[in-house]
Amino acid sequence: MKQFASLWAKAPAANRIAAAFVGFWLLLALAGPWLAPHPVGAFVDEDVFSGLSARFWLGSDYLGRDVLSRLLYGTRYTVVLGLGAALLASLCGTSIALAASLCGGRVDEVISRLMDTLISIPSKILALVLVAACGSSLPLLLLICALTYVPGNFRIARALAMNLAALDFVAAARARGEGKWAIAWHEVLPNMVHPLLADLGLRFVFVVLLLSGLSFLGLGVQPPYADLGSLVRENISGLTEGAPAILAPALAIALLTVGTNLLIDAMKPEGQ
Amino acid sequence: MVGGMSGSHRQQSLWPLLLRRIGSALVTLIMVSVVIFALAGLLPGDAAQEALGQSATPEQVAALRHEMGLDQPAPVRYAQWLAGMARADAGQSLVAGMPVAEIIAERLPNTLMLAGMTAALAVPLALAMGITAAIRRGSWIDRAINLASLSMVALPEFLVATLGVLLFCVKLMWLPSLAMVSAEATWSETLRSCALPILSLTVVVVAQMARMTRAAIADQLDRPYVEMARLKGASLSRVVLGHVLPNCLGPIVNAMALSLSYLMGGAIIVETIFNFPGLASLMVNAVTSRDMPLLQACAMIFCSAYLLLMLAADMVALIANPRLRAQ
Amino acid sequence: MENAPHILVESLSVSVGSTPIVSDISFALPRGQVLALIGESGSGKSTTALALMGWCRHGGRIASGTIRVGGMAIDRKSEDELAALRGRYISYIAQSAAAAFNPSRRIMAQVIEPALIHRIMTRQQAEAKAVDLFRALALPDAETIGDRYPHQVSGGQLQRLMAAMALITDPELVILDEPTTALDVTTQVEVLKCFKTALASVDHGRGATAIYVSHDLAVVAQMADRIAVLHKGRLVEEGPAEQILRAPQDAYTQSLVNAPRPVPAAPSAADAAPVLSVQGLTAGYGKVTDGQPAIPVLRDISFDLPAGGTLGIIGESGSGKSTLARVIAGLLPAAQGQVLLDGAPLPPTLEARSLDQFRAVQLVFQNADTALNPAHSVRRILARPLRHYHGLRGAAADRRVAELLDLTRLPADVIDRPVTKLSGGQKQRVNLARALAAEPRILLCDEVTSALDTVVGAAILSLIEDLRRDLGLATVFISHDIHAVASLCEKVLVLYGGTPVELASREAFNGPEHHPYTRLLLDSLPTMDPSWLGATPAPIHRGEKQAGLCPFLPRCDVAIAGICDHQPAPPKTGDGMRWLCHRGPIKHDKESA
Repeated sequence: MKQFASLWAKAPAANRIAAAFVGFWLLLALAGPWLAPHPVGAFVDEDVFSGLSARFWLGSDYLGRDVLSRLLYGTRYTVVLGLGAALLASLCGTSIALAASLCGGRVDEVISRLMDTLISIPSKILALVLVAACGSSLPLLLLICALTYVPGNFRIARALAMNLAALDFVAAARARGEGKWAIAWHEVLPNMVHPLLADLGLRFVFVVLLLSGLSFLGLGVQPPYADLGSLVRENISGLTEGAPAILAPALAIALLTVGTNLLIDAMKPEGQ
Repeated sequence: MVGGMSGSHRQQSLWPLLLRRIGSALVTLIMVSVVIFALAGLLPGDAAQEALGQSATPEQVAALRHEMGLDQPAPVRYAQWLAGMARADAGQSLVAGMPVAEIIAERLPNTLMLAGMTAALAVPLALAMGITAAIRRGSWIDRAINLASLSMVALPEFLVATLGVLLFCVKLMWLPSLAMVSAEATWSETLRSCALPILSLTVVVVAQMARMTRAAIADQLDRPYVEMARLKGASLSRVVLGHVLPNCLGPIVNAMALSLSYLMGGAIIVETIFNFPGLASLMVNAVTSRDMPLLQACAMIFCSAYLLLMLAADMVALIANPRLRAQ
Repeated sequence: MENAPHILVESLSVSVGSTPIVSDISFALPRGQVLALIGESGSGKSTTALALMGWCRHGGRIASGTIRVGGMAIDRKSEDELAALRGRYISYIAQSAAAAFNPSRRIMAQVIEPALIHRIMTRQQAEAKAVDLFRALALPDAETIGDRYPHQVSGGQLQRLMAAMALITDPELVILDEPTTALDVTTQVEVLKCFKTALASVDHGRGATAIYVSHDLAVVAQMADRIAVLHKGRLVEEGPAEQILRAPQDAYTQSLVNAPRPVPAAPSAADAAPVLSVQGLTAGYGKVTDGQPAIPVLRDISFDLPAGGTLGIIGESGSGKSTLARVIAGLLPAAQGQVLLDGAPLPPTLEARSLDQFRAVQLVFQNADTALNPAHSVRRILARPLRHYHGLRGAAADRRVAELLDLTRLPADVIDRPVTKLSGGQKQRVNLARALAAEPRILLCDEVTSALDTVVGAAILSLIEDLRRDLGLATVFISHDIHAVASLCEKVLVLYGGTPVELASREAFNGPEHHPYTRLLLDSLPTMDPSWLGATPAPIHRGEKQAGLCPFLPRCDVAIAGICDHQPAPPKTGDGMRWLCHRGPIKHDKESA
């Protein structure tokens, strides 16, 4: 904790702002449903697309539901799904990359071809077919998003691992008689953490965007629940009048992704 | 470890490497075809049942299944399908009742045109942004480009497209909100009606390309050869254009290829919003109507496009490397 | 006007942020003379030299002071004005030509670029002048060498090509930044000779004004008229070269001039049974067919190392020194021959070796920066082999780590520091401590001092020598530092192109008779005598080496026509020596040096 505090004190203002941004969204995702003033699916306003008011801070949506409440729930879906899928993708991609780089030769070749196969199928098309086949559900969305971004993470992790494996300290560990997995765990992985964290952040942004794209196509989180993308989608008719019902979730997506990107930029080690 | 002395560098020759890349792209394509075939098999429903409707007797369905070859084991059907694809015969569309090739022939030029025009706009723009940011590293221009590209990466594309419609069609009334593509239309009419889809897609792909370009250049800027060139009296822009760019052609072209591959299958949302008659929306229809042959053909086109672009990028990177080019 | 100094630096300070890198530097240099800036790494010598071009690395800036080159006030120029000077009136020759040349552009385009940037010649004129310079610098194929890419020429040639690039605009001032440090000694002689001639011919034979940055006093003695000694960012002494070399005033300069020579090692029991024995070893990279690898690196190496004994291995880069260490350590399987540990063959691959065999042979890597995992602390790095080999953990491991730090004379408080926060010398000690943690029988030291300053390196060597004596370790020293090897090692193996050309006892190696290649190496070591360079003949090169014949033939100046170019070199043995040559041992004329 002390370490964290000193790190925080030393960080430049931009990094602190970015970190505060991301912290804010994580907090909303955790506490959102308790903060929501109205039930998520309740029709509480007679008026649709009403503006900001004391009762409905962010107005009402196209069916007269409270936008703030729906936004708070939506944030949870977007953040949890996004973070979950990004984590899953990074975990799978990195483990497979370590295995490929350490086994090398034919194993590496086969894994790389499999990843090429997966990456060459457009993600939205894959999602479309899978949702049509299995019906939309949260686990499936999570799986699709993760599956989509495994190959990208794999490529980066494999390149990192290959570069590290050529360094002297790995040769030193081999000459010491250490096994493959000990080398992967003790020598290689600790040096991949920073770039992989940056990659995780980037994947998170991509997943959020993919999810909102899927929601737009009607493949995402199903009503009455909605992630941020579906909120924009369902209120799109309010765009011409500039209703808060569409501006608020659109802005939320942009702030969430820009905030994460800023944090990634800030996390880059010096000199890179 | 080895080398260091003149002539003892291990020279790799270019051609075997190029052939290897082509070979592995072909292997990937075969694997892609298996995945696509399997994915299509996952879809519920049965083309024979769909074609005959609910009133058909099980015998009728079985007879049609037999006629369509659906009762064959999967590996046999896969082999037949693959053989057909190799002859550019994608079979009959189950819904439209005409050859898949004909349906695709109608849509493919539209998609290619949209992708081509977007690329023609986005690639120079991204290069200009990335190079400018790299040359003016640390300046306010760099930061402005960084923030702009960051925001572009972070915006969902349907939002970009919808905002474009709101601005150019509703408020300014400069452009049509629906993309009309027809053989009779003149070039300027086509361009006008496709301007918004092109602009939206450009916004979607340009940011990532610009960021990768800047990163690739910035990665080289601390190398001793850059300092050497500066100490010869070269300006930073001369150094970046004349010295650095040839050294990061590989990563830049790779980033371009990755982004451009998105323009084929990824244009699905833009196609939907502007009602653009492209391949992606054709494929969406194929999924909803369970038109397997059409679905498979479209998917194969998207995947091949991706593999071709990546292969081209690989080749450029290999050829640009003087260690391989100069024997 | 002729009497005014060509270069005048007064109270120069360069800082990064508010941290001064160099401060209060003053010197003056008449036209046509060479000033050497001498110092260790971090002394600020490159910073000072680059400041003459108005160039500061890593966000530094000229904080105060004046710099005059010719009539130009460098410290007052704008960035654009400076760009107009750089490469035109002041040019730069960098340490590593391999890194300073753009890998993806042809050499000619890069050599003539300064002339084109400053628009003082047409392309044709510039190319013609470049070819003239290539000839003057004794480059082979002067007409066509410019069409090649940097990776297609050798390091020594690249360094000379960079000199051509620097001289193409007839600059008033040339800055040479450690231009021969990355080269082998034999190549260094060639390049130094070329530089000297080329610099002398600038300005219609009046000679260029030059700043020569180096850490090597012997090299500087050959090149400089004046010497400035820098230490920790300050100028400690400046004066005529003769005076600095003969009668240094400052204590630090004195310590440099009388550089510590390693103390001759105590002899071990030479008749002890060999702990390590290498027999007929051939190794290389690529596919092995009939015991010959596709890219052979080592051929037919044999030697014995008694318990507690020392063997030195010397040779130029590419001679296979490091590869030999990797083969013994098991990182590269041999294609032929074997390595015996206590008389029992060591399996050639890592997979087949036992924990005890791993433990017995420890390799200390050349570069501690890459040999230590940057993500780990000192404790974690040392605890790993303790647990791996001895199953130590917890308090027992901590105790042993503290012992190891003590053994390698590291302060106890480095234990929880990340290795990235240690100095170069400290890193090398941790590197050594990690090998000692295994409690090995044999220590393979691969160029352990090459990345370190002389004083720091000497301390590491004496530490290794103490450890060898106290712990009874047999050590293999791989080094290009012939002085150190000659005094530390009981036996010396000389490799040329992967072939063992000489294996000599210390007495024999320090004696006058040698294989022609060893003699060339010894003759190429610069001395403090300013006339040394002129008296040393340029190394010869003729033709390519041919399979089956003596590998040194193309560079041998005592080869016998009709014998050496027809028959393979026979192995001979003599007084404490074994060598590979048709000739008897050639006398090394050491006393003249």
